[in-house]
Amino acid sequence: MAADGTLVAGAPAAAGSGRANTMQRFARQRSTIAFLMALPLIALIGGLVVYPAGYAMWLSTLNRRMTANIGLGNFEILLESDTFWMVIMQSCIFAVGAVIAKALIGFWLAHMLHHIPAKGQRKWRGMLLIPWVIPPALSTLGWWWMFDPSYSSINWLLNIFAVPAVPWLGEPWWARFSVILVNVWYGSPFFMIMYLAALKSVPDQLYEAAAIDGATGWQGLRYVTLPMMQNIISITVLFSLIVTFANYDIVRVLTNGGPRDLTQVFASYAFQVGILSGNLPRGAAVSLFMFPVLAVFAYFILRGINRRNKEQM
Amino acid sequence: MSASTANTIASYTGKKLGSLRSERRWALWTAYASLIVATIIFLAPPFYMLVTSLKSSSEISNLSGNPWLVRAPTLENYKELIANPLFRGFFVNSVIITLCVVAISMVISVLAAFSLARMKFWGSQALATGVFLTYLVPDTLLFIPLYQIVGSLGLLNSIWGLILIYPTLTVPFCTWIMIGYFASIPKELDEAALIDGAGWMQMLTKIFIPVALPGIIAATIFAFTVSWAAFVYPTAFVTTPEHMPLTIGVVSQLIRGDTFAWGQIMAGALMAALPPVVVYAFLMDYYIAGLTAGATKG
Repeated sequence: MAADGTLVAGAPAAAGSGRANTMQRFARQRSTIAFLMALPLIALIGGLVVYPAGYAMWLSTLNRRMTANIGLGNFEILLESDTFWMVIMQSCIFAVGAVIAKALIGFWLAHMLHHIPAKGQRKWRGMLLIPWVIPPALSTLGWWWMFDPSYSSINWLLNIFAVPAVPWLGEPWWARFSVILVNVWYGSPFFMIMYLAALKSVPDQLYEAAAIDGATGWQGLRYVTLPMMQNIISITVLFSLIVTFANYDIVRVLTNGGPRDLTQVFASYAFQVGILSGNLPRGAAVSLFMFPVLAVFAYFILRGINRRNKEQM
Repeated sequence: MSASTANTIASYTGKKLGSLRSERRWALWTAYASLIVATIIFLAPPFYMLVTSLKSSSEISNLSGNPWLVRAPTLENYKELIANPLFRGFFVNSVIITLCVVAISMVISVLAAFSLARMKFWGSQALATGVFLTYLVPDTLLFIPLYQIVGSLGLLNSIWGLILIYPTLTVPFCTWIMIGYFASIPKELDEAALIDGAGWMQMLTKIFIPVALPGIIAATIFAFTVSWAAFVYPTAFVTTPEHMPLTIGVVSQLIRGDTFAWGQIMAGALMAALPPVVVYAFLMDYYIAGLTAGATKG
């Protein structure tokens, strides 16, 4: 289990003290080298993740000019402002709505892909993953253009079916919907590919056994597929909740927070307050509001992965 | 007696098989129908970007006719962009940043993964968990303190600031998947190498790297995609056009004034998106392996 140096751990006692010393030295030397090899990683995480995280907490207690410590003043001001409550609400609507849609579409598509003959799967999979490969900031530009009030090509299509033009980015609820739509378009392929990998790892014998017992296709899904995939589904959903909750690109390009700050999510609001309006401490405070939520998700992901590891061992 | 039983069984299985076959055909049709619909929706935006990029400004502003079709295709938008020194600058910046970040990430993560997967030291288990947690930290959580830190180093508005910060996005995941790949290499291999008198470095370069090559390719592709597509950090740290990488360059600089040059914006976005798409087209399997390994192996 432990690495190779320990494979002789039982031997030295019998082999005499000279040998034991060599082995000890070897083990010590090994862990020193190992530490040196991991040092760049430790420096990176310590210097550019842990230190900034601590710094953010300190920063968020300063006043705008960063001359005096105002304790939790920034957090209080934020919690008193209506805009910030809108941001909290919009972030939750955005993350929950988008993740549910992505998970359902991803699951459906993975299932459909799994059903067709293996020979054609590669081709379909290749095409369906494209939204996920294009950098989101750039593909969102394309969506922005498709949502353009006067030239919208989607409205043109809707017009054929006599549906009135939709103010995609102009009205608050439509703008919220559009932001979610783009995120779903971008993220569904990720779910699809994760679920497809999980589906392929379910042994065929289980389905055969279920079929012999007279299970219908639906029962097979409910009592074989879902329990087998439960873990990977929860890991993917939690992971996507983190990423979606902290999303910035799509809101920045599509609506820039408008109309009237109603599509601002945490990240875009933090950017606007912190960088664009130059109030770094308050921007840091906005970002930090994400932290508890992310920490909870991260805890459950870690638990899911540990459980999965135990199952596989 | 036995013949009749055989008969009933045969007719039974025949019927059963028939219904099974029709059920299966149904399922197949549903599958193909869903896939076709999904593919059309998934590919519509890039297709429309392509169509727009081939149109002249007058054709774009002409509201009669189908916007999804191009009547007089022209490469004018592409030519103009390629002749534009600013756009070429974005491209060069993106290439330099990505190459440096990929190299740095791979060196750091291969060394660290080898040490965490095989050698172990005091606290290495905690560090491995820490690496995974770092991977879960989104870039929007820490960009404000990092803005201050990069600023205090005098690296705002410089590609070096980005090269310094991007590894925080790439290294944790690369290390994580490399730990998985390295851990799957049988211990007998390194024991044999140790007995033959190989040092740790030799063991890494002669055995681990060649054997785990698919993992290394997957991690490299991941690092490439992430640093090419990074958006939050360049948006925050770079405001001078000549130091911008492609993503923020296209989003902020091609959109100027009141009249949008939509054809050019779409051409720029497509050209900027091309490198990851090409890499993906040729190395799809590694791409997907890297992506799924992160969650299924870990």
